[in-house]
Amino acid sequence: MSYTFQWRPVLRSLPEMLWGASVTLEIAIMAMSVGTALAILLALAKRSNLKILSRLAGIWIEVARNTPALFQIYWIYFGLGSLGIGIEPYSALVFGITFNNAGYLAETFRGGFSAVPEAQIRAARSLGMGAVPTLWHIVLPQMLRVTFPALTNQMVWSILMTSLGAVVGLTSDLTGVTQQLNVVTYRTFEYFFVSACLYYVMSKICTIFARLLAWRLFRY
Amino acid sequence: MIQIEDVHKHFGPLHVLKGVSLSVEKGEVLSMIGGSGSGKSTMLMCINGLEAIEKGRISVDGVEVHAKSTDINRLRRKIGIVFQQWNAFPHLTVLENVMLAPRKVLRKSRHEAEEIAIEQLRHVGLGEKLKSFPSRLSGGQQQRMAIARALAMSPDYMLFDEVTSALDPQLVGEVLDTLRMLSHEGMTMIVVTHEMRFAREVSDRVAFFCKGQIHELGTPDQIFESPERPETIDFLRSAI
Amino acid sequence: MFFDSSLSWNDILFLLDGAIVTIAITLASVALGTILGVLFGLVRAGALWWISWPLGGALDIFRSVPLLIQLVLFNSFNSMFRLHWSPYVIACICLGIYTAAFCTELVRSGVLAVPPATRRAARSLGMSWWQEVVSITLPMATRIVFPSWIGLSLGVMKDTSLVLWIGIIELLRSSQIITSRVQEPLLILTITGLIYFLMSFPIARLGAHLERRWQIQ
Ligand SMILES: Nc1ncnc2c1ncn2[C@@H]1O[C@H](COP(=O)(O)OP(=O)(O)OP(=O)(O)O)[C@@H](O)[C@H]1O
Ligand SMILES: [Mg+2]
Repeated sequence: MSYTFQWRPVLRSLPEMLWGASVTLEIAIMAMSVGTALAILLALAKRSNLKILSRLAGIWIEVARNTPALFQIYWIYFGLGSLGIGIEPYSALVFGITFNNAGYLAETFRGGFSAVPEAQIRAARSLGMGAVPTLWHIVLPQMLRVTFPALTNQMVWSILMTSLGAVVGLTSDLTGVTQQLNVVTYRTFEYFFVSACLYYVMSKICTIFARLLAWRLFRY
Repeated sequence: MIQIEDVHKHFGPLHVLKGVSLSVEKGEVLSMIGGSGSGKSTMLMCINGLEAIEKGRISVDGVEVHAKSTDINRLRRKIGIVFQQWNAFPHLTVLENVMLAPRKVLRKSRHEAEEIAIEQLRHVGLGEKLKSFPSRLSGGQQQRMAIARALAMSPDYMLFDEVTSALDPQLVGEVLDTLRMLSHEGMTMIVVTHEMRFAREVSDRVAFFCKGQIHELGTPDQIFESPERPETIDFLRSAI
Repeated sequence: MFFDSSLSWNDILFLLDGAIVTIAITLASVALGTILGVLFGLVRAGALWWISWPLGGALDIFRSVPLLIQLVLFNSFNSMFRLHWSPYVIACICLGIYTAAFCTELVRSGVLAVPPATRRAARSLGMSWWQEVVSITLPMATRIVFPSWIGLSLGVMKDTSLVLWIGIIELLRSSQIITSRVQEPLLILTITGLIYFLMSFPIARLGAHLERRWQIQ
């Protein structure tokens, strides 16, 4: 093998890459929190008696689940761009991942809803609780427990999906920064190897954190 | 002949078999009775080589079960075992359940294996259920299928481990009838059972297990009419 | 709308060619990933902890690093070791290992869900370990994990879109090439999405159906 590794320049760029990692986390967290909120709404809409509402929610869910995430990001970036709605790679990525998260999580929550017995909801309502307080205090906490592992997985997915930003030209997230450095230096393996390590660490921290959180939250 | 000599077995710190010795002659029916946890199931698994032993030896027709040089899969063809839970293979039909081992282990042709399987299933009264899946059968029928599955290997010995304990009371009779039939046909059997009346009726000898040892061994009349050890007397009083 | 634009029949055929590349890479990767996954999964379910854990940890890396980065790294081996492998080979190996990482855990969970007593019953009939695995454990485990395996395969199909980054012209890349000529991104992307949807949705439905049917039994 005639290849000689050069790790020094990579280490020198580590601060830059760490900065990129923080952008990655920021995007993932944003897309996850908005995605979760949308997913709850979608799951509710899917159960709604209003035909159009449940139909629209169904389309969202099925498109998110049956087309590639990269395609969804493309559609937002190039598609909306062509409609004259100028959009940054950054926003396209955030919207794309949010759309995707919402679709997948909506399915998860739909399963979660059925895990809460109808009788409990009736019991809460019979105590005079309104629909929203019942949802907030009775249904969602129990659902959170059932769906927590899926939520954790989706969070890891979100972190990994942010790497797709580079394909539409995002330069500020971890993959974007790495690609920029790569274009200048051509030390592809070294840069992307370090980048892979950083992604791995982020995924693991996320899973460990979720485990600790679950342990604190679900003691009942 | 099955010969068991001073067999010891631990599960972790738990000393389950504490020096069991016993021999079973060709054509004999031996019942094992005894309290829960006394090591009866473990003893059967050791005879079949499904559990290892630490001390002593078990030999079947002169072949040592736990010797390194023994081809255990070959030896197991001689010894059928049926468990309390019948363990049907749920993805196969009744006929396929019974055909599987003759085909894979004895390398019979499909046709031959099918003939054997149908014969054995008729034998245990399941001739009508060949194409059903196990999930469609009652517990008693599944248990009889498990017996046919073991018989299809034409074993010389059959071990039964509480084959009626997981059954509804009204289904116990049909399975016991099958065992009775086998004993009349001269099959060599070791039957672990809680059905005292049945043990008394079919056995040539009865072994009473207690805390990993055989406390008393004798003809049914000896054990049930005039037991000698206080443990046996206590057990029989509570069991009947 | 179709005929107003300059989108021609040839362009649609070009897209379908891309779809065929997508399907071909998916099939190759899923085949490789499933074979490896079954082997690794049996090891994970059966072997001693000092084999099972390191294997599990190693495969977890492939699930915790973005596929795009994995592709770039695999691709860089080409120049590092002067391999001259085609991008297709690289894509299939990379996606295959990625699939194996997920498939291993599927197989493991399926094998562990087969009751030990049933496996023991098979051994008591004189079957060897291997005969038992082939005729009892794997068929039973297959029924348990088949719906999830369909989901995994569809996931891989969607993930093949990333191989455009190493220069393969699959469905999504084809749509971009057409767009650069026809200048109708929204229309072309929508058609592309429809093709993906038609490739994925019916199979996803089948998987959900099987899952429900096998749960009831
Ligand atoms: N695989 C195992 N690991 C650890 N302990 C075991 C195992 N199998 C059995 N034991 C223990 O060994 C002892 C003897 O068990 P065994 O099943 O042989 O009893 P038994 O006489 O068949 O009782 P029963 O009438 O309840 O079936 C019990 O205390 C049991 O808990
Ligand atoms: Mg027992």
